[in-house]
Amino acid sequence: MKLRIPATIVVAGMMMFAGYAALFIAPDEVTMHAIQRIFYFHVPSWSASFTAFFISFVASVAYLSSKRDQWDWLAVSAAEVGVIACTIGLVTGPLWAKPVWGVWWTWDARLTTTFILWLLYISYLLLRGLIEEPGRRARLAAVFGVFAFLDVPLVYVSNRLWRTQHPAPVMFGGQGSGLDPTMGKVLGFCIGSVMCLMVFILVDRYRLESLRHELDELRQEAETRSIDAQNAPSGVPGAS
Amino acid sequence: MPALSSAPIPTTSARTEISTAASRSLALSFDRIEKRFGTLFALRGITLEIQPGEFVALLGPNGAGKTTLLRIAALLSTPTRGRVRFTAGSRSPGAQESGDGIPGDSAKRLIGMVGHNPLLYDDLTAAENLKLFAQLYGLDDPAACAAKGLESCGLAERANGIVRTFSRGMRQRLALARALLHGPSLLLLDEPGTGLDRQAVSWLSQTLARLRSEGCTMIMSTHARSESLELATRAVLLGGGRVAEDTRPGGDPRPLLERLRSEN
Amino acid sequence: MSTARAASIVLAKELRLELRTRELLSATLVFALIVIVMFSYAFDPTPAESRRYGPGLLWIAFLFAGSLMLHPSFAREHAGETMDALRLAPISSFAILLGKMAANFIFLAAAEVILVPVFSVLYDVPLAGILGRLILVLALGTLGLIIAGTVFAAISAHSRMRELMLPLLLLPVLAPLLVAAVQATRALLADPPSLDQAWVVFLAAFDVIFITASWLVCDFLLEE
Repeated sequence: MKLRIPATIVVAGMMMFAGYAALFIAPDEVTMHAIQRIFYFHVPSWSASFTAFFISFVASVAYLSSKRDQWDWLAVSAAEVGVIACTIGLVTGPLWAKPVWGVWWTWDARLTTTFILWLLYISYLLLRGLIEEPGRRARLAAVFGVFAFLDVPLVYVSNRLWRTQHPAPVMFGGQGSGLDPTMGKVLGFCIGSVMCLMVFILVDRYRLESLRHELDELRQEAETRSIDAQNAPSGVPGAS
Repeated sequence: MPALSSAPIPTTSARTEISTAASRSLALSFDRIEKRFGTLFALRGITLEIQPGEFVALLGPNGAGKTTLLRIAALLSTPTRGRVRFTAGSRSPGAQESGDGIPGDSAKRLIGMVGHNPLLYDDLTAAENLKLFAQLYGLDDPAACAAKGLESCGLAERANGIVRTFSRGMRQRLALARALLHGPSLLLLDEPGTGLDRQAVSWLSQTLARLRSEGCTMIMSTHARSESLELATRAVLLGGGRVAEDTRPGGDPRPLLERLRSEN
Repeated sequence: MSTARAASIVLAKELRLELRTRELLSATLVFALIVIVMFSYAFDPTPAESRRYGPGLLWIAFLFAGSLMLHPSFAREHAGETMDALRLAPISSFAILLGKMAANFIFLAAAEVILVPVFSVLYDVPLAGILGRLILVLALGTLGLIIAGTVFAAISAHSRMRELMLPLLLLPVLAPLLVAAVQATRALLADPPSLDQAWVVFLAAFDVIFITASWLVCDFLLEE
């Protein structure tokens, strides 16, 4: 708890500087100009969402093998954060694509994979909302989480295989080629900041989940105590 | 005795009978069993030693954890904490527990359960249901086992009747036949008497009496008025997920049962 | 008892139940048939277009029909809580799952055996020369659909709005399978027909990955 306020300040500062860097420090891109600056938040949101989904997957596996509630809290927190980051990626992508590619959306491997991934984790969250009993919810959601994550490479490979005839729009001609060093530094900083933000939100979300659990527990405890209190005088001596 | 020539000599036969009886009884111990559904505690640390051949009446109000405890004993449900241990025990009084705990997979062969629901397929016939479970337990000649089971519960004439068309009493009789197909050493019964007519109830009591005399360990959850309770050798009262009262092995369960009856 | 033996007992039970009620098979068949007929209303395709879009239509029909058909696989064990009866028996949970998968595979394959010739006749798509290869593609695709679908039916059986939940869980996961199955089928219906090995390998890999994952998680799927 003590770390919370300094952490908030640090993350907020990083995000502010990231915004400043993306808008003013990064050089103007030759062909795309100002719109290209969305890149500094688009790519980080993508990496943040993938990291979050990976955390969710690991937590799901850990839950299944250990049955500790904490892993389930982490799995759901990470999935939610991942869905938010993924949504940001899915919104900023078309904003950037429309002026540059001329279309809002294209069904290339990366986009399709991300979209399916987003759908999978929306389903995951829906499923959690529809299973009442907490232990069962955690267990079945974890099983689905494992399957969903296993599906991701398959989605990607299938789209790569499928789209070979239709060359996908190229971003920068390849990994790192011709990327201005300042651009690289700004991007690196933005990725770092968004990751920190993601972790910050994740920790907060996890804490919320654990508080929720604690509240449930206290409520249960209060209920059983009142039941015990009712039963005690009416003569079950061994009950207390 | 029609097949006297093939029968073994009497002394061996007697010994075989004893060892069958011994292998038929099963002891189980619940060791600090806790079961949580989310934050809801169904069981809060149950420790019970059930001796071989005991007939335990499991009593308590709704929500006391009777069904949960039986499901844990049946290995249908895994406890959140604590463990269940099965030991093959000898029936003779005062005998020491022998052998190690039986692993879950082998224990399943020794357990029979009659649930609140009959655990039968509504769209299969009585014979098909029994044959299916005989196969699942890996019994030799499943069809013959099924026929024997139907005979024992008096439903041989309705062997080819679809279970959906059966009355509650018939289903429950078939359910008991299903649970006894593989000759379990431990029989778990979850309110077997509910919704049964008088005739079916007395049939149930007779069957349970026979099983008790054969040395089958039984745990039956029930309400205090149940007729079959006369057979119980021990009564355990659950309350709020804990053991509230236990008449202990060898004790007399009747005073507790009387009191519960008068309280209701 | 071996897993295969136990699975075959479960399979026999599923088949017997289905033969008695005939609920699943007839509903699946009629549903898929309706989708196939609707295709004509929606697109009014020429024979060439049918060859191009037909594979997509067929697989969409199979996927939707499958996601409806798989739901009762576990849901109908709820009625008498018969899943408890299966779990009481000394057989592994993978055997239960495997038996159900085999049964579901047989049901969907039986529907396909009727649907594919109907499609061929209605849309004038000849299948004579490619039958063997087509069966291979259909079998691999259906297998993947059924493996993932049976696991998810076990998951959705415990949720509210189960009938709706199953397609929601299943269809996104099957996206890569759909691409692969449609592309492989399309290559077979093209002129000249060819068996696209990359896609066949992909389908086989999908099946292997998901059956392995099912084997790993089956205890968690059915336990309590």
